[in-house]
Amino acid sequence: MQEKNLYKRYGRQMILKGFGDAAQQKLLRARLLVIGAGGLGCPALQYLVAAGVGTIGIVDDDAVTLSNLHRQILYSVDDIGLAKAEVAALKLGRLNPEVTIIPYSIRLGPHNALDIIRQYDLVLDGTDNFASRYMINDACVLLGKPLIYGAVSQYEGQVAVFNVNDKSGHKVDYRDLFPEPPREGEVANCEQAGVLGVLPGIIGTMQAAEAIKLITGIGTPLLNRLVTYNVLTNEMYEISLTTTAAGNGGLPKDEAAFLSMNYSEACDAEETSVIEIGVEQFRAISRKPSAVIIDVREKGELPLLTGFEHRQIPMSVFRKSIGSIKNDTIILFCQHGIRSLYAAELVEEVFGTSKEVYSLKGGIIKWGDELGIHM
Amino acid sequence: MQIRILVFGQLTDIVESSTLTLADVKDTDMLVAELNRRYPALAAVKYMVAVNKKTIAGNTILNEGSTVALLPPFSGG
Repeated sequence: MQEKNLYKRYGRQMILKGFGDAAQQKLLRARLLVIGAGGLGCPALQYLVAAGVGTIGIVDDDAVTLSNLHRQILYSVDDIGLAKAEVAALKLGRLNPEVTIIPYSIRLGPHNALDIIRQYDLVLDGTDNFASRYMINDACVLLGKPLIYGAVSQYEGQVAVFNVNDKSGHKVDYRDLFPEPPREGEVANCEQAGVLGVLPGIIGTMQAAEAIKLITGIGTPLLNRLVTYNVLTNEMYEISLTTTAAGNGGLPKDEAAFLSMNYSEACDAEETSVIEIGVEQFRAISRKPSAVIIDVREKGELPLLTGFEHRQIPMSVFRKSIGSIKNDTIILFCQHGIRSLYAAELVEEVFGTSKEVYSLKGGIIKWGDELGIHM
Repeated sequence: MQIRILVFGQLTDIVESSTLTLADVKDTDMLVAELNRRYPALAAVKYMVAVNKKTIAGNTILNEGSTVALLPPFSGG
C-alpha cells in the first residue's frame, strides 16, 4: 500500500515516537494466529486488525451462544448459533478490509496444530481449557514460535510471553510455570467459577499490546515475566520466570512425540481408589462406628434428607472443609453421584489411603426410594 | 521471622484470604508443609511458588521480609 494511504488509516500510531513507518510496515508483513475467538480473542482481534497486522488466522470451533455475549464483544444476538471464527472474520473484515483474515472453524488438536501454527510468525492463546493451552504451548516450543499467553479466572488474569529469548538468551514456556496440567475439575473454568466480562477485555487487550510490541520491536515485552492482574483491587503482581527441569521434562521431544500426546487425557482424573457404592453397601458401611455420611449438595437443594444422620458440606466450601472431616470412613453423596465422586477424590488426595472413601453411585435420584426419601 | 504470603486465584477460596503471615518457616518446603497442615485442601491442587517475585527451582531458603506468592494456573478465556 502507498505510504500516503497508510498514513490515513494508521497515522495516529505512525506519528508516535519510536513507531513510524518502519513499525507499521512490520505489522503489515506480520502473520499472527489467534487461537480462541472468545473473551480474550475478541478484544485482541479487534485491536490487532485495527492496528493493521497483515495476516490474521482465527481458530475456533465453537458457535456463539447468548452466555458469550457479556464478554465476547465481537458478537451480537443475531450471531447466536453461528460459527465464531466465521462471524469474527466477517466483522473484522468490515473493520479493516486491508487485513487478510483466515478463519479456521476447526478444533485444534495434535493432528492439525503444527501444520496451522507453522504458517504464522506468532501465536496468541485465547483458549479456555488446559488441554488446549498445553498443546499450543508444546507446539510453539517445537516450532520455535513466540506465544502470547493470557488466561482469566473470576476477577484475576495472567499475561506472559513465552518462547522468546531475552537479552541473555533465556526463554521460558508455560510448562516452566506449571509443568503438568491440572486434573479435570481441579480448577474451575469460567462456566463454573464465573468471570467479570470486562476482565478478559483487559487481559486480551494486554495480549494484543504484547503482540504489537513483539512484532514491531517497540518497548519491553513481557519476556520471562508473568503479570497477574486483579480487577477488584486494580493491582498487578509481576513474577520473573526461569526454566525448570520439571517444565522441560513434560515437553514432547519432537514432532512424532507431539503427535502421540493425548492432551485431553492428561487433564482427566488420575486412577483413583475411590469406591462407588450402591444402596446395600451404603447401608452396611454407614453402620460402622467410624463412618460419617456427608451430603455435598448446596444449601437449598431438594429433597431434604431426614431418614439418617449426616453432615452437610456443600461442594462450594468442600475444599476448605476437608480438614474438618475426622472420621476414618467417609460416605459422600449428592443428587446424581457426580459431585460426590469428585469430592471423594479430593478427600483421597488429602488423606491418601488413611481413610476409606465411598461415593453413592447414581446419588439420591437413583436411590431415593430405597433410602426412604419421597421425591 | 515473619513470612508474608500472597495468595492468588481460586486458592483464596481455600485459605479464605489473599494474604497470610507465617512465622518460623525456614524454607519453602517447610512453608508448603505448614500450609498443607493448616489447609489440607491445598495439598490437592497445583500452584506455583514464587519467592520475592521470582519462581523457584527447588526448596528455597526464606529470610526475614521474604514474600512468597502462591499462583494457581488459570484456564479461562
